[in-house]
Amino acid sequence: MKIPHPLSPILDRPMTPGVLAVFQHLDGTVDAIRELKSTGHRDFTVYSPLARHEIEIALAQPTSPVRAYTLIGGIAGCSIGAWIALYMSYDWPIVVGGKTIGSIPPYVVIMFEMTVLFGALTTLLGVLFNILLSVRQRGRIAYDPRFTNDRFGIFVPASGTQVTRVESLLKECGAEEVRHA
Amino acid sequence: MTMTEIRAPERTHEGLTYDRVTRIVAHTLGNPSKGYYALLGAAVTLLAVGVICLLYLLRYGLGLAGYSMPTYWAIYITCFVFWVGIAHSGTLISAILFLFRSGWRTAVYRTAEAMTVFAVMTAGLFPLIHIGRQWFFYWLVPYPNQRGLWPNFKSPLVWDEFAIGTYFTVSTLFLIMGLIPDVAAIRDVSTGWRKKLYTITGLGWRGTNDQWRHYRPAYLYLAALATPLVLSVHSVVSWDFAMAQVPAWHETLFAPYFVAGAIYSGCAMVITLLVPMRRLFRLDEVVTVHHFENLAKLCLLTGMIVCYAYSTENFVAWYGGPTPERAAFIYRAFGRFWWAGWTMNICNAFLPWLLWFKKVRTNITALFVISIFVNLGMWMERFVIIAVHLAGEPFEPYVRASYNATWADWGIMAGSFGWFFMWFLLFVKNFPAVSVSEVKEELPPPRRAAAAARHA
Repeated sequence: MKIPHPLSPILDRPMTPGVLAVFQHLDGTVDAIRELKSTGHRDFTVYSPLARHEIEIALAQPTSPVRAYTLIGGIAGCSIGAWIALYMSYDWPIVVGGKTIGSIPPYVVIMFEMTVLFGALTTLLGVLFNILLSVRQRGRIAYDPRFTNDRFGIFVPASGTQVTRVESLLKECGAEEVRHA
Repeated sequence: MTMTEIRAPERTHEGLTYDRVTRIVAHTLGNPSKGYYALLGAAVTLLAVGVICLLYLLRYGLGLAGYSMPTYWAIYITCFVFWVGIAHSGTLISAILFLFRSGWRTAVYRTAEAMTVFAVMTAGLFPLIHIGRQWFFYWLVPYPNQRGLWPNFKSPLVWDEFAIGTYFTVSTLFLIMGLIPDVAAIRDVSTGWRKKLYTITGLGWRGTNDQWRHYRPAYLYLAALATPLVLSVHSVVSWDFAMAQVPAWHETLFAPYFVAGAIYSGCAMVITLLVPMRRLFRLDEVVTVHHFENLAKLCLLTGMIVCYAYSTENFVAWYGGPTPERAAFIYRAFGRFWWAGWTMNICNAFLPWLLWFKKVRTNITALFVISIFVNLGMWMERFVIIAVHLAGEPFEPYVRASYNATWADWGIMAGSFGWFFMWFLLFVKNFPAVSVSEVKEELPPPRRAAAAARHA
């Protein structure tokens, strides 16, 4: 009996049918994004080798929720820093340097460092989690290795009669290559 | 008006295209040359010297280090502070200049960031070597133990442990975050085993709008967290001294003085590393004289702050009257270790004045030579502050015992340089040492209008 790979539901998902366009120019890509949005497309994917504000503005996506992770991590870190320093001082109460047992000013250093540490770690977790979530939502879609080098790309999920319409739209906006994927 | 429209026109990268940037950086990862192997061999040899000395130290104890009453902090703590200081410019360039939107950082920040991580890795070894019974290093960590003991959180040494631990973690995260899009770019143009390596380490990056949407703000928040961290870490290191009541240590000036010194030495180390790397990897198109000039300006700024700090502490020592403080500064200038005191003054307070001249700032050979003297001077500064001021404590009659560093001290110090350069060399040959995606941000994007004008 053949045992299926445990990760096959994630790794071997079927390709989403659609149209992949390769763009040489940034303004062509931005035009295509605007056209696609005006014709009611919402779930297309834009590839770019670098972050450009033009693309961000044209897409007008909601603000990333990563900032909430950073904030919660920072607050948690600060609290944990205060807690360990204070708890450990009172657990073995011994007067050092004539200061009170739970002396806040020196513990600010610990609280600050823990704020930064936890804030940074949760930010990383936030990015990983949100990106994995979006990959899961999009499914497996077509890609071209030139998209990390010098080409911009747009993938539009489409099937049936939609395909030709999307293809001609992308070509009009200056795509140098359009293929059904 | 959008952010990109108000940016100043780019003048540093004439004639570069996106594709060319990827190729130049991918080229640095090809088969190593003989020169590279020679450098790596030298680094590993130095490391071997350090390891042998360390093994002797482990076997025979700290008696092998040149400690004698009252100098119980010497070369190891000097190296610790030196390497932490070297680390600082990396985060400055990658985080603070990122927040200030300084475009020129893109070509040099990866080198600086890698340098940061490896310098903190080197620095972290020294407190462990210094504690004597190295196998009890975990006593530093607050963990529940049989005796119910906890660390003393009022001690700057415990702050330091938290600061260095956080700094190492956050700067490593920062380096890895920046690497992801670049490793993906290299993955897509490489073949063979390298493609496999970069497919795994690229973590599936494809540059989709969803990825960039979460990545960019996260990078910004990391930079915002790392910025106060840079300033705090060396402040905390300085408090290891300033909290103690040793003359010439107990100064409120110490935190800004140490931070400026750290960034000064770090920028010098970036120049020291970039000059040979640029030549070895033919990065002239990406790393230009303009970048070196800006690094020199950072050196100039921080060098001037260091010069001011030296003047202030000497002035305060003189103005304070016949105190142990004044005696300590007289010992620094005219005592047994006068050579260390003057090397420090000349390299750190006088040498940076040369950088006021544009001719010097734009001469890469001159900058390389200056940067080496700055590294030397900054090492001496830490040696003077730590070992010399302990050796010359003037208010205890019994402290006439003199301090002499031993072969074990120098061997372990040499080993630390070998350790650092070994990691750095391995990094630059296996991962993109110049940011691919961020250098592209500094280039004018390909536009239809521009292409039409070229063909007309």
